[in-house]
Amino acid sequence: MSTQVATPGADPIPEKQSRKSKATVSDRSKAENRLGLQLVAPAVILMLLVTAYPMLRALYLSLFRYRLTTPDDREFIGLSNYATVLTDPLFWQDTWNTVLIMVITVAVELVIGFAFAMVMHRIIFARGAMRTAILIPYGIITVVSAFAWQFTFSINNGWVNSWFAWLPWIGPDTNWFGDHWPAMFAIMVSEIWKTTPFMALLLLAGLSQVSEDMLEAAKVDGATWWQRLFKVILPNMRAAIMVAVLFRALDAFRIFDNIYVMTRGAQDTESSSFLTYRQVIEQVQLGLGSALSVLLFISVLILAFLITKLFRVDLAQARGEG
Amino acid sequence: MKNRTSIGTGIGFIAILIWCLLPVVWIISLSFKSAAETGVGSPQFLPEDPTIQNYKDILSNPDFTDALRNSFGIALIATVLSVMLATLAAYAIARLEFKGKRAVLSLALAIAMFPVVALVGPLFDMWRTLGLFNTWPGLIIPYMSFTLPLAIWTLSAFFREIPWEMEQAAQVDGATSWQAFRKVIVPLAAPGVFTAAILTFFFAWNEFVLAISLTSTTQSRTVPAQMSFFVGPDPFNPPYGQLATASVVVTVPIIIIVLLFQRKIVAGLTSGAVKG
Repeated sequence: MSTQVATPGADPIPEKQSRKSKATVSDRSKAENRLGLQLVAPAVILMLLVTAYPMLRALYLSLFRYRLTTPDDREFIGLSNYATVLTDPLFWQDTWNTVLIMVITVAVELVIGFAFAMVMHRIIFARGAMRTAILIPYGIITVVSAFAWQFTFSINNGWVNSWFAWLPWIGPDTNWFGDHWPAMFAIMVSEIWKTTPFMALLLLAGLSQVSEDMLEAAKVDGATWWQRLFKVILPNMRAAIMVAVLFRALDAFRIFDNIYVMTRGAQDTESSSFLTYRQVIEQVQLGLGSALSVLLFISVLILAFLITKLFRVDLAQARGEG
Repeated sequence: MKNRTSIGTGIGFIAILIWCLLPVVWIISLSFKSAAETGVGSPQFLPEDPTIQNYKDILSNPDFTDALRNSFGIALIATVLSVMLATLAAYAIARLEFKGKRAVLSLALAIAMFPVVALVGPLFDMWRTLGLFNTWPGLIIPYMSFTLPLAIWTLSAFFREIPWEMEQAAQVDGATSWQAFRKVIVPLAAPGVFTAAILTFFFAWNEFVLAISLTSTTQSRTVPAQMSFFVGPDPFNPPYGQLATASVVVTVPIIIIVLLFQRKIVAGLTSGAVKG
């Protein structure tokens, strides 16, 4: 469409005729253009209303000292909120926790999810039962999953301590929520349990697009199982892996529900999202909280940029959008 | 070699079943333990003396039943509205040539990745001014905008596969355009719309951050939020059995949906994300 730019005076003789046909084409495409915009408008307006506008407002509020308990004290303080946040060790501790949770959970999910996808890809019986089972953790409410795992690791009502008592560092009085690392471990287990199925399904979709002929050819050429995995299967699934990692990493970066339910941030298990929530809702520090919101938003942007750069795949292209 | 792979697959199958179902079986088991049993500590997996007292208590607890009503109402309304808007947008994206198509898809993608907590502060402030704080619409509106991206992506992937020429073919055969739409296009598009609706419903049913931040009473608090505030009389000994029972009750609709529509859900989840 865009190549049909009118070039006045280029071919003077059939001008009348060509202009006429061009006019009908552009009328038609104009109408189509208008209809397209009208159809997407409600969705776009709603999405912007609830995200872009509040985000701009957060950007504005982050420049003020503004606490809801003392609304009249609102005062413009420039970038001081950001300075306060960025020099606070708690902010860095929480950012570190979040990054750690994200990296470990996504890495573990990738490995387990890939194993699950291989099984689902190969299996010839009970496919329906398997799909049902794998969708249950996906569909279950995160809060419910967090409670289930909190009770699993509970010191007096959980089964972990009795089932795993044979491990030297676990006994009947191991308090999983009494220390930083065990608590982080429990949080990560609940996160991994709930989201591995989603990862597995995305990887399964990628796996089913790897051509069997190519695998067969590699086998005939004498490639070992590992060689086929790393030289044929994984490179051909790059787009699927990239989508799965991007979605899961950004989702894990927002981790909140599990931490809220399982520890409420005790034992330094707070995440960035939890810190922001605590400042805004519990402390009603709208100014400082808004600065945290803006920083969280920027972190997500940087993360998305890094992951897409790392995998060098254009998302829209990966979907055949062009 | 063949044998070894199928044994491996069999073991994998059992491992997946245990992985997925063990925690679910655990909360079901816990929901049948009496308060007395969990009170003194009950580390064994199965209840010593199964009781349905927890179910009686939780289903007659107005805080929980109100929350259940709110959850159903809010999730259903948000789903219907979101899927309606997404259907319009996805139809345009799949069938029409217009400027800004890519921008719409990118915007949807950006919003799907948005850190929801970042909006809690400004939305809290705005909703208080607009009188939407602690109301159903106060949750429905943000749920719609956060589920639209998923619905638009899923639906546009589905719509792209529909053979739209069949509409014209039906008209050539003498159908009116309404008939062609209703008898040809609607049956072809319905599975996609339905799948998008299921995924949207899951999101709204699961959402927690906004639910605890934008509500203050059981007038509009949903189940996940209500559960997180449900500590019982003794804060040092949470009501394990009742929380497990509440968990089981809110998981039942999910299990029913999954049992009925597992194939559609898998198709929806993957078509929206991986293609080509």
